[in-house]
Amino acid sequence: MEDWVIELKDIRKVYRMGEVDVNALDGLTLRVQRGDIMAIMGPSGSGKSTLMNVIGCLDRPTSGSYRLDGKTVSELQDDALAEIRNRKVGFVFQSFNLLGRSTATANVELPLRYAGINKGRRERAQEVLRLVGLEERMEHRPMELSGGQQQRVAIARALVNKPAIILADEPTGNLDSRSGAEILDLLLQLNAERGVTLIIVTHDSNVAARAHRTIKLKDGCIEEDYVSDAKPA
Amino acid sequence: MFLTQNLLEALESLTSNKLRSGLTMLGIVIGVGAVIAMLSVGQGATATISGSISSIGTNLIFVIGSTNEEVTIRRPLTLEDANAIGDPLNAPSILSTSVLYSLSRIKISASGETVTMAVTAVTPSYDEIRNLEMADGEFISEIHMNGRASVAVLGVTTAENLFGSSEGLIGETVRIQGQPFRIIGIQASKGGSGFSDEDDVLYVPYSTAVSRLAQRSGEAPNRVDMIVASAVDASAVPDASEEIRQILRVRHHTEVGKDDFTLMTQEDFLSLTSQIMGVLTIFLGGIAAISLLVGGIGIMNIMLVSVTERTREIGLRKALGARRRDILIQFLPESATLSIFGGLIGIALGAGLAFLVGQIATATGNAFTPVVGLDSVLLATLFSAAVGLFFGIYPASRAAGLEPVEALRYE
Repeated sequence: MEDWVIELKDIRKVYRMGEVDVNALDGLTLRVQRGDIMAIMGPSGSGKSTLMNVIGCLDRPTSGSYRLDGKTVSELQDDALAEIRNRKVGFVFQSFNLLGRSTATANVELPLRYAGINKGRRERAQEVLRLVGLEERMEHRPMELSGGQQQRVAIARALVNKPAIILADEPTGNLDSRSGAEILDLLLQLNAERGVTLIIVTHDSNVAARAHRTIKLKDGCIEEDYVSDAKPA
Repeated sequence: MFLTQNLLEALESLTSNKLRSGLTMLGIVIGVGAVIAMLSVGQGATATISGSISSIGTNLIFVIGSTNEEVTIRRPLTLEDANAIGDPLNAPSILSTSVLYSLSRIKISASGETVTMAVTAVTPSYDEIRNLEMADGEFISEIHMNGRASVAVLGVTTAENLFGSSEGLIGETVRIQGQPFRIIGIQASKGGSGFSDEDDVLYVPYSTAVSRLAQRSGEAPNRVDMIVASAVDASAVPDASEEIRQILRVRHHTEVGKDDFTLMTQEDFLSLTSQIMGVLTIFLGGIAAISLLVGGIGIMNIMLVSVTERTREIGLRKALGARRRDILIQFLPESATLSIFGGLIGIALGAGLAFLVGQIATATGNAFTPVVGLDSVLLATLFSAAVGLFFGIYPASRAAGLEPVEALRYE
């Protein structure tokens, strides 16, 4: 039984740079199974970021259709897209992107606020923070946390709304190798325990090696697409 | 719930940059303060002037020469005109009349002191009509008038200028243009009214002034500057005014619509004053409002900086699912808070300034109470809130309109 959480069909994304049109994505078709761990690799300029933005509903494709978790999102307007991002996508960024003035808990509460959830919001945020191992640091501000801890807060924030996919853009890029490994372990563990689909954009072949499936992009197309022996949960 | 959170975050964001928020607020503080100070000083001045006009009596009609420049043939007002108006057979609505004839820059001397001042020549009923009270002695009477007596009534200030005291002066002599005049009365102090010292006066009988002090050559005999008539009561003022007009038109042979005289009642003075003060207040308030506008532009400027600084944060919030209006209601409370707090401080500052003006005016002898009216406070509050919202909307909508991809990439 095939259960596709992401279905991209003939996706094109054209940017206009001065006088010339640049095809960042050139008729890309891709399906991702629910619960999979997929790494996206490729040199800069290969369309990696554009693909991530399209998958994360941050950007609309110029043409082609995109179904996320059974819902066609390629035609949606800005505010509807914001709602999709809120409910279905969890972002983990390279530079953490936490709100510096807010505590860890308040940061994790943010997606719940935008979802309009008021009741039990704090408790839910704290529960997810415990899950990522930060029960001791819940009222600390990002400046008082290490890089690894900050990324854990970011992962908790990505998880709190129970998204269909987690989209991690170089999640270990700003961390030393030990915390990087820990963060990667945490992400894999969450995939195993909660079945959340994990998509990791990375340059690091060591990171990609931990994924179940790896696609390599070149010039806006999928150049390579292979499944490793490591079995996803 | 959501709004309180936004308000708290706005406060947090503002306090994290205290100097900048303070300076931005200062623009609004000064603007609102200026508006409040201007309006309350204006209202206070209007109230003070209206008060002193009211104190001259509600039943009085002042007749002066015409102020209409189109009237070319003018006959001066005379003592005879006043007598005709005062005749109850001609004008049943009029109780009594008096005249006023002013001689300016007259040398007065007594006990070695010399002052130069205006001498006011009046007919006997002047004290009753103008409600003058005597501190000592009596006012000019019919006997003085008929006998062209060399008598004078002094105001308190004049007495003190000349004698160093206003006590026990009855029977003393003042020299007016070198001629001796006997002091028969001292007028009770009326206090300052804001413009001139009403205690610095010297009254002499009209008849004496005309025969002994008249300085203007080539003038009609028995010419007067002003006729003051009192109506039998306040409600008779319109009738009395009409009677005066009829009498003077006949006596002056005026053409229809070309009266060579002007009537002023207390109501005219009041409406004229409020008209002048209204224009003045609007003018001053307008100038103050410009500084409020400048303050508003300051808010917009700083909010634009704030939006630019937080582009990444906005991108992140959008990635996490913030809609357009979520971003709008994040930034609007910031500018609103700036302008509302600025407005409140401005109201206090303006009221303080107005109070200070009042104190200075009182200290310099012009009793004056600025009025910080509820209307001006409301006006300033509403205006500053509107400024905050108006100038906050553009930066906030700019923030809300940012593309999430672009915003996240912003360094």
